[in-house]
Amino acid sequence: MELNRRQALGLSVAAAAFAITGFKSGQAFATAEDSEKRIMEFTGGKAPQPGKITLTAPEIAENGNTVPVSVSVESAMAGDDLVQSVMLLADGNPNPAVATFHFSEASGQASATTRIRLAKTQNVIAVALMKDGSAFMDTKQVKVTIGGCGG
Amino acid sequence: MAQAKPRVKVPKSAAAGEVVTIKTLISHEMESGQRKDKDGKVIPRKIINKFTCEFNGAKVFECDLDPAISANPYFEFTAKVNESGSFKFTWLDDDGTVITDEQAIEVK
Repeated sequence: MELNRRQALGLSVAAAAFAITGFKSGQAFATAEDSEKRIMEFTGGKAPQPGKITLTAPEIAENGNTVPVSVSVESAMAGDDLVQSVMLLADGNPNPAVATFHFSEASGQASATTRIRLAKTQNVIAVALMKDGSAFMDTKQVKVTIGGCGG
Repeated sequence: MAQAKPRVKVPKSAAAGEVVTIKTLISHEMESGQRKDKDGKVIPRKIINKFTCEFNGAKVFECDLDPAISANPYFEFTAKVNESGSFKFTWLDDDGTVITDEQAIEVK
């Protein structure tokens, strides 16, 4: 990639801004380890496998205040093949917890859509916990242009 | 703020055993507890922390909400209906307020 003067200047400003916010975010923002811990608590210490669960989120969110996300899990929703709950995490928010959906046989399908806040560009994680104890995970990176946590 | 007003969209009728899509929206500021007012004081958290949907008394869908849910929480989910009845929706506010709504569905 070739940079002209304007782009090079812009980059260095962005880098400086990142250095400042990056320093501050040490305490204010959640870390990947924090989300990892929450996933382990949620699944009861089991490492979630990829597959079965699909997380749909936009690649680029112009406004971090309302980012539409959907999750759906392949399941018959009967007997042991039942999705108990799905946890959503955003690993770059001040608090990684976003929401936890609880399904039942009367749900018919394990799918839900909501709108979430994202403070900055980060990974959104969805973890599904099945009735038989197995866990599945999907991750999507969302680029955020304007953050959604105010302050 | 005035009493939050929920809006719920449930199909009026369905075939027995059909999986229907339900959409809900409620007006609520969902104050995250992260923002500061102009004097630099933190605005206390005030969000809806739980949403539930029941059909004829049986649990269909529940959600625990955290401050990362956008203002005016919106949910779209599904329910399997085998008989006529009514859906009951409940939103629980941090301050203890409970907001409910009910919608009937007819199974043909």
